[in-house]
Amino acid sequence: MLAWTIYISLLGAAVLVLLPPESRRAARITALFTALAGLAAALCGAAQYERHVPSGAVADLVNFSWIADLGIHFHLAADGVSITLVLLTGIAAVAGVLFSWNVERRTREFFALYLALIGGVYGVFLSFDLFLLFVFYEIAIIPKYFLIAVWGSTRREYGAMKLALYSLVGSAMVLIGLIAAYVVSGAHSFDLIELAKYPFPVAFQNWAFLLVFVGFAVLAGLWPFHTWAPTGHVAAPTAASMLLAGVVMKLGAYGALRVAMTLFPDGLRTWQNEIALLAVIGIVYGATVALVQRDIKFVIGYSSVSHMGFVLLGLMTLSQIGLSGAVMQMFSHGIIAGLLFAVVGRMVYDRTHTRDLTELQPMNLSALAPFAAVTFVVAGAASMGLPGFSGFIAELQVLAGAWAVFPRLTILAGAGILVGIAFMVRVWIKAFFAENDAKAAPIQIEPISMAERAGAFVLLGTTVLIGLWPGLLLNLITPTLHSPLFQPLWKGGQP
Amino acid sequence: MNSSLDWMIALVPEEIVIVSALAVLVLDFAILRRRTLAGRAAAVGAAACLGCVAAMVWIARGQDYQAGEMLALTPLTQFLKMVLLALTLVVAVISFGARFSRHIGEYFALLLLATAGLMLLISSENLLMIFIALELLSLPLYVLTAFDKSSAASAEAALKYFLFGSVAAAFTLFGISLLYGLTGDLQLGGIAEKLNTQPVEPICYVALVMTLAGFAFKVAAAPMHFWAPDVYEGAPAPIACFIASGSKVASFFVLARIIVDGFGPLRGSAAWEDFRAGWMPLLAVLAVLSMVAGNLAALVQTSVKRLLAYSAIAHGGYALLAFFGNSRQMLPALFFYVITYSLTVLGAFAVVAVVENSGRRDRLADWAGLGRRAPLLSACMFVFMLSLAGIPPLSGFFGKFYVFTAAVAGTPHLGMLWLVIVAVAASAISLYYYLQVLKEIYAAEPAADAKPFRPPHAALLSIALLAGLVIALGCAPGWLLAKLSVVLNTSVFRL
Repeated sequence: MLAWTIYISLLGAAVLVLLPPESRRAARITALFTALAGLAAALCGAAQYERHVPSGAVADLVNFSWIADLGIHFHLAADGVSITLVLLTGIAAVAGVLFSWNVERRTREFFALYLALIGGVYGVFLSFDLFLLFVFYEIAIIPKYFLIAVWGSTRREYGAMKLALYSLVGSAMVLIGLIAAYVVSGAHSFDLIELAKYPFPVAFQNWAFLLVFVGFAVLAGLWPFHTWAPTGHVAAPTAASMLLAGVVMKLGAYGALRVAMTLFPDGLRTWQNEIALLAVIGIVYGATVALVQRDIKFVIGYSSVSHMGFVLLGLMTLSQIGLSGAVMQMFSHGIIAGLLFAVVGRMVYDRTHTRDLTELQPMNLSALAPFAAVTFVVAGAASMGLPGFSGFIAELQVLAGAWAVFPRLTILAGAGILVGIAFMVRVWIKAFFAENDAKAAPIQIEPISMAERAGAFVLLGTTVLIGLWPGLLLNLITPTLHSPLFQPLWKGGQP
Repeated sequence: MNSSLDWMIALVPEEIVIVSALAVLVLDFAILRRRTLAGRAAAVGAAACLGCVAAMVWIARGQDYQAGEMLALTPLTQFLKMVLLALTLVVAVISFGARFSRHIGEYFALLLLATAGLMLLISSENLLMIFIALELLSLPLYVLTAFDKSSAASAEAALKYFLFGSVAAAFTLFGISLLYGLTGDLQLGGIAEKLNTQPVEPICYVALVMTLAGFAFKVAAAPMHFWAPDVYEGAPAPIACFIASGSKVASFFVLARIIVDGFGPLRGSAAWEDFRAGWMPLLAVLAVLSMVAGNLAALVQTSVKRLLAYSAIAHGGYALLAFFGNSRQMLPALFFYVITYSLTVLGAFAVVAVVENSGRRDRLADWAGLGRRAPLLSACMFVFMLSLAGIPPLSGFFGKFYVFTAAVAGTPHLGMLWLVIVAVAASAISLYYYLQVLKEIYAAEPAADAKPFRPPHAALLSIALLAGLVIALGCAPGWLLAKLSVVLNTSVFRL
């Protein structure tokens, strides 16, 4: 069932390409149904997996020989971690379509690229052959570029090209590591599970891990390779920002976990402290820079860097609670950042044509668009990591895991959370609840549409649901972390 | 020993091509003099196509394979001839609509003669025969390059091509004469035998460098690449197609024959910290220079043809990496790469030719908004550009992947990884300029007076077929690899 998420999305993109150019309505509806079908397939697949594979092991979906000369297989499979991210992709995809309902220019092409991107993302999360994973990883680059370069706003061509080149340079690093691992292992296979069994020499792991991990982590916003993220998010149209922050950054974190950490556990131990340090720098730096931005999208863009720092920190703890927190944080940040970008990009920017805090201040948005204000406040609270939202449980787990390994860094990360509260409160006050004596000329804005409300409810509902009932995801994640594929990570002494 | 009648029969495909070259001339001079230019072009072009198809049919129906002193016919040579004839066919189809000359008969006759040169080149067993075939290929190409009499650039390009070409040919001839003096043999096999048994004298390396210099010119590898940008830009677009595709396939084939068969014993080594004199370090230097010079120069081009020329130089560099593979992977990797590359670049130049014929120049700015004026043509260009950039699932990606993997696997202890790192990095940079072209086509707004334009059906059909092939060979490379492994098993190569 899960494999259908990929096929449905790519098929939807193909159908959209074949539609007549002017059929906007048909394009929207096709895109929405494709995204919903993908989400339904993801939900069914997740339910099936939970029922049939309680051990959390890797469940094969499709596996046949693709390019025999190099031992490449078309191998799709899933475990609890990948299913969590597939669910995230499904939800983000539906919400993204709902928040792009007002795209009038080249609608058909917009949604075709959008669905191609979604299909590539699903593919990365479900590939267990590294060649296949790499193929999907690169497929996702091109739609991102065009979504931003054609439909974007501020400095769109610059932001799009920067993102494309960062992604490609990252994936080039990954490619070198993969080819080297393939040759060194001599296994004549790119299968992740096969390669993970091979004990790579430690000297090899030391550089291969760094290469592959950093290559993926570029896309996860690892400081100091994060600079594509703020410019890319700001330049992108709403749905693309939502996907960039919501799922594309997770591609990087997922690849780092699935490929780099699984294949090269010894290399991981060598670089554990250094990467944790970079992650914490990212947390603090992202939050601090977000504090002084004027463009709200920049605030959220930098906050994404900060929140993805928690994911990387969680991965580096090499403890089950830390890793579980990292995966939870990937899911949670995907939902919350998507919602924040949706409010700013769709509800505010499309109506007021500005995201500048000083220009928004006199508008008194909380009166003009109360729904946007409320949504933003709730999403902001979720982003701060308040209890009751998904971010709380995720960051708590990460900090608990990190405390055992890097106590000093954990304190810094905690300080990052406090700064995170500060920049969010600043945006609340300035953008939505400014006290102004001199009333600016009241402007008329169109009311919040049904599609936007629906999208907001989907995302808000998810973060609250997971916040109140984290077991829904933890039941998927925890058994998987005990599965054989993850065993090499725990062997180094951590429980 | 075979009688000469046997050879006459064995070489029927070549004869068909030569006879049709003459027939085309007669047809144009004797019968069609009074017709309009377009009518003549269609009739003569159709006759030329017919000749190619007849030769292909003759090869496809199978024949006895023969090996002689001068020429050898093996499954591999016949397969490559099919590929070359197919490439010529496309070039001929694109030339239908060309308006650069009134000398239609001469044009197609020279094109067919050059093709005959390619076919003989593929079959040559003897260094003298190789040289003669090279000249038979080069002389028509010099003339064809100058065929646009209304353009000074065309004449300049031809002069450059001719001067560089004759110097390169002189180098090759000098190298051959040295080899003959050293070994007393002109047969490739005999030379290798002598080099194996005799002590290697320093003059052998002089012969190696001289011979390779000539072929480096043919494949446009830096530092022998200076002719390429001017020729690609100045020559009529269909001729640029031919030089970039057919001529390249044959040149790489002969380069492989000479290096693997002739100079096999003089391998040397280019592994990290283990450089030894031989053709390996020489090719490594050529590859690095080509990849770096080609990609860096392409970054700043504003003419699509020049951009493609520099990209061709870079791609020559990637293809050279295949020579570092082990005996099992080297030739499949090389031929897969070169064949798929030539299909792609042929398609890309064909698009340029069609756009030029519509009265536009090949400046990037002239392509603005092409995506909406000629959607199918632009979609094909999209495929070609991304394939050249190495984005999956297109054939350019798999070609590069296979070549890189072969190069890493060919030397123990990852000795050649340094070269692959250079290649992957260069390839990542190259996405920038391919995206520049696509950005003009899809993201830029068309000029206000731009009208939709309809490309000629025959050209559009062949371009679409090429695009389909590029996609199909990327998704299912196993087909071509299986074919290659069949023909290589019984090949002329003595590895």
